[in-house]
Amino acid sequence: MIYLDNSATTAPKEEVLNSFVEVNKRFFANPASLHVAGREAETLLEKSREQILNLTQVSVGTVIYTSGGTEANNLAVIGFARKYQNRGNHILTTKIEHPSVLEAVKQLEREGFIVEYLSVNKDGVISIDELKEKLREDTVVVSIMHVNNEIGAIQPIEDCGKVIRKKSRAIFHVDAVQSFGKLPLILSGNGPDAITISGHKIHGLKGSGALITKKLVNPSSINYGGGQEQGLRNGTVSVPNAVALARAVRLATENRKTVIFERWRQRLIEHIEQSSDVLVLAKETAAPHILSIAFAHIKGEVAINYFQKNGILVSTSSACSSKSEEVSHVIEAIQLEDKYKHGVIRVSFAENNTNDEVVRFEKVFTNFVNLLKRGRSHDVE
Amino acid sequence: MMWNELLIRYGELSLKGRNRNVFIRRLKKNMKSALHGLDSVIIKDERDRMFLTADNPKDMAEVMERLPKIFGIHSFSPVVKCEPTLEAIYETALEAVGLEETEGKSFKVEIRRTDKSFPYVTNELQQKIGAHVLKNYPELHVKMKKPDILLHVDIRRHVALLTSKVYPGAGGMPVGSSGKSLLMLSGGIDSPVAGYMMMKRGVEIHAIHFESPPFTSELAKQKVMDLAEKLSAFGTSVRLHVIPFTEIQQVIANKIPDGESMTTTRRLMMQIADRVREEIGALGIVSGESLGQVASQTLQSLTAINEVTSTPVLRPLIALDKIEIIEIAKQIDTYEISIRPYEDCCTIFTPARPKTKPKLKRVKHFESFTDFEPMIEEAIQERRIYKLPRIEEDMFTDLL
Repeated sequence: MIYLDNSATTAPKEEVLNSFVEVNKRFFANPASLHVAGREAETLLEKSREQILNLTQVSVGTVIYTSGGTEANNLAVIGFARKYQNRGNHILTTKIEHPSVLEAVKQLEREGFIVEYLSVNKDGVISIDELKEKLREDTVVVSIMHVNNEIGAIQPIEDCGKVIRKKSRAIFHVDAVQSFGKLPLILSGNGPDAITISGHKIHGLKGSGALITKKLVNPSSINYGGGQEQGLRNGTVSVPNAVALARAVRLATENRKTVIFERWRQRLIEHIEQSSDVLVLAKETAAPHILSIAFAHIKGEVAINYFQKNGILVSTSSACSSKSEEVSHVIEAIQLEDKYKHGVIRVSFAENNTNDEVVRFEKVFTNFVNLLKRGRSHDVE
Repeated sequence: MMWNELLIRYGELSLKGRNRNVFIRRLKKNMKSALHGLDSVIIKDERDRMFLTADNPKDMAEVMERLPKIFGIHSFSPVVKCEPTLEAIYETALEAVGLEETEGKSFKVEIRRTDKSFPYVTNELQQKIGAHVLKNYPELHVKMKKPDILLHVDIRRHVALLTSKVYPGAGGMPVGSSGKSLLMLSGGIDSPVAGYMMMKRGVEIHAIHFESPPFTSELAKQKVMDLAEKLSAFGTSVRLHVIPFTEIQQVIANKIPDGESMTTTRRLMMQIADRVREEIGALGIVSGESLGQVASQTLQSLTAINEVTSTPVLRPLIALDKIEIIEIAKQIDTYEISIRPYEDCCTIFTPARPKTKPKLKRVKHFESFTDFEPMIEEAIQERRIYKLPRIEEDMFTDLL
């Protein structure tokens, strides 16, 4: 099987799995324990924290380990809003965020916060002018994703940072789950105050992730317990998960394959555009590793089944929502023409994909489109 | 906006007379050591300022994080360069001011025109540039004295240099410019703060620590090493001398009455510290004592303890409140380490009622029955020295 659903999850690397197993064997002690074994586990935990900070170029900051991207996003949005509510109760985010941000701001709305959503253009990109307009003196959190998980659109994070710094005292959070290890994102200067990363999107393990913050800002904890992670995320820290994440982060940073992904993406775009009734979404603005394709008049599911029969795994726009019938909020937000709305599939690369696999995808794609043409003349679905 | 150069202003150094070059050299050396590993950084020193460039933006970001810790720097500013033409200066001025928050702020333009052939005189330039900035940032207002934003324009023959944002430095004197002292580092909250304050005055610090295994754990020593390592971030590396003190403490517990044992313990620590000081060529002993905190920190007590040496004992915290000390400890990031809950050698043999006003005569009388000299000598011989920050062999490399 050719696996091209890497935005949903990636295959864990051998090295990462080894770290996880080894740490479970050799350093299983509770890092909060006073004895030597506990101290060793704690040192190892701090080492992995340091490594992540170094690799993300944050020399003074905090890594708060979480159970994954969703928890880190929750912690950022809710934790920052509650912690800094003396600055105001206005929250800004975008219409195309991951549900872990959208549902979190809804919760805040119930608590009395006012939430506004930035719209996106047909390429899935927000407008800096709109951001400027909507920023208020009492804006307390701005949460904008770096790369959209469904269509790959990249947001202008640095420009956002400049405007936010200039016009407000808001905490700037960036969901970098889809971009981390693929595109650079620097926290210093106008960069964000906090970013979310997830282990399983970078050949790490499911159940691991982190919120990385600059030293001077920390969220309020959203769970309660024994004061672990400086009280920011309670519960015994999973040292094996943390170490495995640190290793995945290192490997992802060292093996960044942006150029190759971009080459594959361009090649597929050229190929796809030869067919009619097919669109590439966010063509100019998407990250190199995500290619979002919309077929007219058919359901994405049909395409996925066809590709699967021919040995290729791709997904509808977002794996999280692929089982629901509704059109995704992202597709609604870019105001895609109706005939394309139900026919979106996502192809996403990782470093273990090969050139041959991309060639194979091209062939299967062509067969599929030809089949559709024939099918359409008989009006079959 | 892209900038890759920093202007660095000296602290009190600029007040120094003939030996200022010594200070500047020292500062440059400390900066190099603090910025090690950043390959693209180049430091150029001039008489009353330094310029630091870093071609790699990653390095520059790191510089911005490390620089505020280095003593001897008053402040630093990013420098933006442009062509020495009015148009280019106009445009760059807007960008430079744009780095700042402008809402409701006051500002002023300051001109330095080294190139006298530039077609406008200083006053004229000040007005022209000022007017241009105001036109584009109408929320600003002009203020001549103490403006929030001072846009400094330095016009030279081939280039114009603009700075607006000023970041505060750590102040103080470059570490090492005031000689070397030995810090008595206990693991508590006070002593690292005392070390930090002396470093701020340019003193290079070595540290001495007394341990009493097996009553104190490896963790207690680790804690002290971590503290010493934190201190090393403010200047050069720190050497930590760890003295085995168990035997002496047991002898004191057996031979000296409870009321006087604490004073004798301190006197012996002071003697040992003084010998180590002499050996390493340090000029003073630094201690974290603050008046009235505990029994050993009354004037009577200090007099009795101090009697063993004529070396200057520097006590920068003597007049500070505990709350003030804790605040500094938090600032310099040692507080969290200091409150780790391990026993140290000062807490294990503490008598129930130490005398707050010990009589020196009595103390000397009880001490006179024991010959501590060979024990002192042995403790000094048996000491272990650690250099911090550690470059440790790593047991975790295969995991990360």
